[in-house]
Amino acid sequence: MSRRNFLEIAVSQPLSQIRAEFPVCEDFFLNLRIENIDWSLTLLNALDKVDKEVINEFGLDREMIFREFVAFLDAFGHVSATAAEIKSLTVIGGHDKSGNAEIDSFCVAVGEIICIVGPTGAGKSRLLGDIECLADGDTPTGRRILIDGEMVSDQRRFDMEGKLVAQLSQNMNFVMDLTVEEFLRMHAGSRFIDDAEDSIKRCFECANQLTGEKFMMDTRVTQLSGGQSRALMIADTACMSSSPIVLIDEIENAGIDRRQAIRLLARKEKIVFVSTHDPLLALSGDRRIVIKNGGVVSVIETSESEKRCLDEIEKLDTTLFRLRSCLRNGGIIDMDMLKG
Amino acid sequence: MKLITFSGPPSSGKTSVILQSIDALEVPVTEIGVVKFDCLTSFDQGRYQSKGVKVVTGFSGKLCPDHFFVSNIEAAVEWGVKSGFKILITESAGLCNRCSPYIQGILSVCVIDNLAGVNTPRKIGPMLKMADIVVVTRGDVVSQAEREVFAFNIRQVNTGARIIFVNGITGQGALLLAKNLWHAKEVDGLHEQRLRFTTPAAVCSYCTGEMRIGSEYQLGTMKKMEFKTD
Ligand SMILES: Nc1ncnc2c1ncn2[C@@H]1O[C@H](COP(=O)(O)OP(=O)(O)OP(=O)(O)O)[C@@H](O)[C@H]1O
Ligand SMILES: [Mg+2]
Repeated sequence: MSRRNFLEIAVSQPLSQIRAEFPVCEDFFLNLRIENIDWSLTLLNALDKVDKEVINEFGLDREMIFREFVAFLDAFGHVSATAAEIKSLTVIGGHDKSGNAEIDSFCVAVGEIICIVGPTGAGKSRLLGDIECLADGDTPTGRRILIDGEMVSDQRRFDMEGKLVAQLSQNMNFVMDLTVEEFLRMHAGSRFIDDAEDSIKRCFECANQLTGEKFMMDTRVTQLSGGQSRALMIADTACMSSSPIVLIDEIENAGIDRRQAIRLLARKEKIVFVSTHDPLLALSGDRRIVIKNGGVVSVIETSESEKRCLDEIEKLDTTLFRLRSCLRNGGIIDMDMLKG
Repeated sequence: MKLITFSGPPSSGKTSVILQSIDALEVPVTEIGVVKFDCLTSFDQGRYQSKGVKVVTGFSGKLCPDHFFVSNIEAAVEWGVKSGFKILITESAGLCNRCSPYIQGILSVCVIDNLAGVNTPRKIGPMLKMADIVVVTRGDVVSQAEREVFAFNIRQVNTGARIIFVNGITGQGALLLAKNLWHAKEVDGLHEQRLRFTTPAAVCSYCTGEMRIGSEYQLGTMKKMEFKTD
């Protein structure tokens, strides 16, 4: 819809009709502390009845509010259509910490899961950071990131404004004091998701599949355990976020089903990067990037034989999990427990 | 000289963001000046100085910080021009959520903290609403969903601003901000320029030192709340 269209709508349609199509416009008036506007009138007529004093406090007059309302509709009237769509991401190599050139370049297509491995301090998070800011030779690594084979202009960076990359890391927490349901509803609302109720339910179920310890719709997000939080964040990213690139920095040891989590994210036509020290995760990807001393030294395809090892690794992982729970619950470890 | 005004609620990360952008700007620190407008105390002076940035701090004390800003900004710019700076940055703390030390045509940046709660953007008022660029700090410690909702709520009150997430500790995002700061307009003075928004109205008896409570002591601009009982 073009901007002119919204101008006409705002001039001619009664507010109630506009609200029916764009429920978000209620927020516009709440933000200006206009609580009892007459919805049966057109905006300009309705504004005539609003306390001038309140409007003035916001440094506005009737005409300015009108213009802002049009801009508001313009900004929110067609958000759902603007999810950034991409096909591929290319990393043009820079240099390692000693200034030696790293790998030339590598390209990742939508639907791929790429793991990043390397010793502590090697530069895994740095690579994720380069991708997040769409580095242009302007970060310490000198890397450049291309989208669909092209440099991203500053203008396009802004247009995509955070819609390109979704991030998940161990330091992230929930800070809103809301229940899981309220939280998901709020996120769905800001995304203008059409089948909001459906997405909320789906997201909730996915999250509970990922974590051993179940939680409820009315649990407060701030009271979720580390594992539950991580599970909810992953499910939320998979079900609600439209960002085509997902960056995950070390989600291990959170007591969630990591392989399932990765599969869930990959199903959604995204490019997923996972920085990890966890063999199970590292082999769950299609390829893995090896980083040494700040530079990418190789990109390894996960072979069939490696994939066959995954089931055994999962068993080892389950064993470790069992030992951990046993210790946590004050139990005593014996040799039998080490057997599958 | 380029002039840039930064504002934002107390402790939202203004100084860290400014310092990170100074690092990211390709300008020698000796050619950047900072004027810090604060209320009672400020601990930022040292942080700027240890970077080699020249800084002048002013305290509004018992005055409205906005009134204080507007009555000193012209001299601040003169100081910047005389010192031969390429860039002059002002930093002011918005205390009443209505503060809005922005001047027409001068690049205005509002810094807010993602930890402050998702509805904060809808409560801040002109400081956020009138800004050209909104910088969000501490986005790295909240969930992706909360970052998105926060940005959505900023967009609600300021449909035109550029929203940039900057990590005040690692500097992630500062480069993009610096690129934008570089577009700030050149000025050589501010005489006859206009504010973007009126400063809070004042001049009541309490402005001039009255301390007693009671309507007989209240003169000048007053605003009364309504309390109903059923
Ligand atoms: N190519 C490079 N040139 C210069 N500095 C680099 C380079 N790569 C990484 N660094 C720097 O090295 C430091 C450590 O990197 P980083 O935090 O990314 O390691 P990591 O692999 O994520 O470690 P961990 O496993 O502990 O999470 C960071 O300060 C990063 O900016
Ligand atoms: Mg790391």
